[in-house]
Amino acid sequence: MVSDSDTGAAGRSQGEPAQLSAIELNVNDQVRRLEVDPRTSLLDALREHLRLSGTKKGCDHGQCGACTVLINGRRVNSCLALAVMHEDDEIVTIEGLGVPDGLHPMQRAFVERDGFQCGYCTPGQICSAVGMLTEVEAGWPSHATADVASPRIALTDEEIRERMSGNICRCAAYPNIVAAIRGIAEGGPQ
Amino acid sequence: MIGQALNRVDGPLKVAGQATYAYEQWGAGQPLYGFIVGATIGKGRITRIDTEDAERAPGVVMVMTYHNAPAQGVRDESVPAEYWRAQPVLTGPDIHYYGEPVAFVVATALEQARAAAGLVEVEYAGGHGRFNFAEQEDEVYIPKVVNAGLPTDTAVGDFDAGFDSSAVKVDQEYTTPYELSMPMEPHACLVEPRDEDLVVYVSCQIVDAARASVAATLRLDPERVHIVTPFVGGGFGSKLGIHSETILAALAARELRQPVKVAMTRQQIFQLVGNRPTTSQRVRLGAEQDGRLSAIAHDVTMHTNPDVEFAEQTAATTRSLYAAPHRLTSHRLAPLDLPPGTDVRAPGEAPGMLAVESAMDELAQALGMDPVELRILNEPTVDPERDVPYSDRHLVDCLREGARRFGWEHRPATPASVRDGRWLVGYGMSAAIRGHFQGPTAARVRLEADGTGVVQTDMTDLGTGTYTVLTQVAADGLGLPPDRVRTELGRSEFPTSWGSGGSWGAASSSNAVHGACMALREQVLTAACGDTRSPLHGLDPADAVFSDGNVVIGGASEALSEIVARNHPEGFEAEGGTRFMGDDPNYTDYSINTYGAHFAEVGVDADTAEIRLRRMLGVFSVGRLLNAKTARSQLIGGMIWGAGAALEEEAVVDLRSGAFVNRDFAQYLVPVHADVPDVDAVVLDGYDDKANVLGAKGVGELGICGAGASIANAVFNATGVRVRDFPITIEKVLPGLPLMDS
Repeated sequence: MVSDSDTGAAGRSQGEPAQLSAIELNVNDQVRRLEVDPRTSLLDALREHLRLSGTKKGCDHGQCGACTVLINGRRVNSCLALAVMHEDDEIVTIEGLGVPDGLHPMQRAFVERDGFQCGYCTPGQICSAVGMLTEVEAGWPSHATADVASPRIALTDEEIRERMSGNICRCAAYPNIVAAIRGIAEGGPQ
Repeated sequence: MIGQALNRVDGPLKVAGQATYAYEQWGAGQPLYGFIVGATIGKGRITRIDTEDAERAPGVVMVMTYHNAPAQGVRDESVPAEYWRAQPVLTGPDIHYYGEPVAFVVATALEQARAAAGLVEVEYAGGHGRFNFAEQEDEVYIPKVVNAGLPTDTAVGDFDAGFDSSAVKVDQEYTTPYELSMPMEPHACLVEPRDEDLVVYVSCQIVDAARASVAATLRLDPERVHIVTPFVGGGFGSKLGIHSETILAALAARELRQPVKVAMTRQQIFQLVGNRPTTSQRVRLGAEQDGRLSAIAHDVTMHTNPDVEFAEQTAATTRSLYAAPHRLTSHRLAPLDLPPGTDVRAPGEAPGMLAVESAMDELAQALGMDPVELRILNEPTVDPERDVPYSDRHLVDCLREGARRFGWEHRPATPASVRDGRWLVGYGMSAAIRGHFQGPTAARVRLEADGTGVVQTDMTDLGTGTYTVLTQVAADGLGLPPDRVRTELGRSEFPTSWGSGGSWGAASSSNAVHGACMALREQVLTAACGDTRSPLHGLDPADAVFSDGNVVIGGASEALSEIVARNHPEGFEAEGGTRFMGDDPNYTDYSINTYGAHFAEVGVDADTAEIRLRRMLGVFSVGRLLNAKTARSQLIGGMIWGAGAALEEEAVVDLRSGAFVNRDFAQYLVPVHADVPDVDAVVLDGYDDKANVLGAKGVGELGICGAGASIANAVFNATGVRVRDFPITIEKVLPGLPLMDS
């Protein structure tokens, strides 16, 4: 499905014309056309052009993880990615995982375990958690992995904590986030 | 319903990314983007500012400096609270602190505004200021009062004589660094001009303060300022007031007649929204040989900005914590040319208890006593400085229950005596106390014809759970299932609250909602019992029970929706209120606080001194819980803030420029997942009948109070090394580590 979704003046200058790039982004299974400044981060393209503001800007420097999205199934800090570099990728944002009336199991687990307070880091935590479980499934080791040669990684709390440490939660809901992720990893409330 | 562990009612929106914060409002159409240019000196004067290149840059529609900024209201100290005062920006060439806004660039796209901001040329004179706390510590003055209007100094008995004659003494100095609130949502604002009015979407904690402050700064009738803040991505004190981004957006939007939005960068947040002052604290404890305290003194010096005085109430909790006949507390301020200090979660209490509860551990060590028993021995029977009884004080219960659950009896009796592989293991504990505050808050509750309850107040939900607890209180008050109550917050046209801060939000607003519900019940019963068409006609309203959407009197019952639809199809409506604590005699006649006990286990690497928190438990007494789940989350969050203060957080001043040098999340360390082990919080059943009708007290800041000290004390127990200069980092512990056989 293709829709015209450059939502307005963002990216157009009043003074001399800006150099804009017309691109297509595949976001949440929809192909969206937009014109962006080559400096526009994927994060700002999502938030300001496509108005998908579920992806959050916390630091704009890849230090907090609030902007985490899934690109081709892998978690990426969208503030460190330029929009123009992701034309051929499949991007999934928090809005693509589930909606309030039909939540993704990870989203439901966060509600159930109170894995957030203010909610601002939450979409990033959830996208990161979903991507992280795929990495574990694929056998990628981490700093917390006792035996990095082992083909199967036991998802201990230490593994979850190490792998989620790129996502800061200043409300410090960490124990509840770990409980939510562990519940899902163990086949908990689906 | 009240107290149940109901899931957050706003949870589905938040986890689906559909809760919209200030910067994400699109109702006004496409806004322009603003970007703040900050001063690159800490003290001095702008000698030249050239905006020509910036103005010519693509997309730029405005560059505002002190040359062309509209005249604004002045900060008026006769307005009692800072957060309600005008906050003028770009008022002249003088620079008061590093990062202070010197220009504001507005463009059609964010990238354009940011690029053009880099083209503003500014030249300065000066640059030298007072930036070094250690050098100014003696240049102090005595503030009239400290934060929250608390007294600056107190004295009871004869401290010097009491301390001199004590058998066992602790006399130590503790220092705490500059700390920052750092909510995850940057301070952000979108202003939409609507005729002569301004609609201000701003991330803030107190709607009434935001409205007053914007109106005073822009010299507008407050009625023309409409604050909207449905979701706030954390505040922790830093959003009690509004900041320069809001004023700049408002000035530009008004001038340009277009919506303008701006968010601070993370780096700007370090300079522009205030900080927790750095402190130096002398704590003196004098005790008899049996451990009974005879003298307590807590003398605090901290920095303040010279123009905007701020004094944390660092020694305030010391006034109510332990019994001792001879006592002193004091607060002194050393002016520095740094950004103003401000409320940061548990202002004063957090750094103050870090020091005092470390000192208590030092006293226990000197006495050879168990630290839990030392605290129980010094439990007061009345508030020792105010000489009034406590309401609902359960500190000893928290200490005993915590010790039991934590397995405190396994604490290594001798420091540096327990080893687990490469780790030196230690246990530490601390008491917790925090004054309970509540303030003027109104709420409106409406019963609609379909039987839905609607709660409206300008309260905010910073993640504190306001939407959820007010839904529960209204559901309880009206006998409705919670999914038939809708809570609407964060708009200035709703009844005025005291907002969220100081842990006063939940008690203030829930009692107001409860009051409105009680008034509504009376209206409903008067209508039903006096209505011949109602099965309740002629029955005694005093016997009524509101349950599951029905009003039941004896064997008769009628649906609320029927009563409303028949009598008031437009709905019943009532307001309730909570008064200022100072007008409630209970707050004069009683010492009303919340209490707790923290227990921590740490491991310290025997070779590198790396400190790892291994587990943590808090047991708390907070009166009646409004929601067991959200309260536990707040308490755990507070405890983890305590861990950050003990082990990680420190903003470092560049003594040449007055800038915080480590102004990002890579260098200002806050706890992350890997730093946080099993942390649990347990709340004792309670009800404080002196606090308010619902018996509820605040929880948001109690979790921090003392939490850091329990970790500091655990580090001492693990290693025998006492660090008094917070945070406790590797280089401070390593030189003192015992040599070990490996």
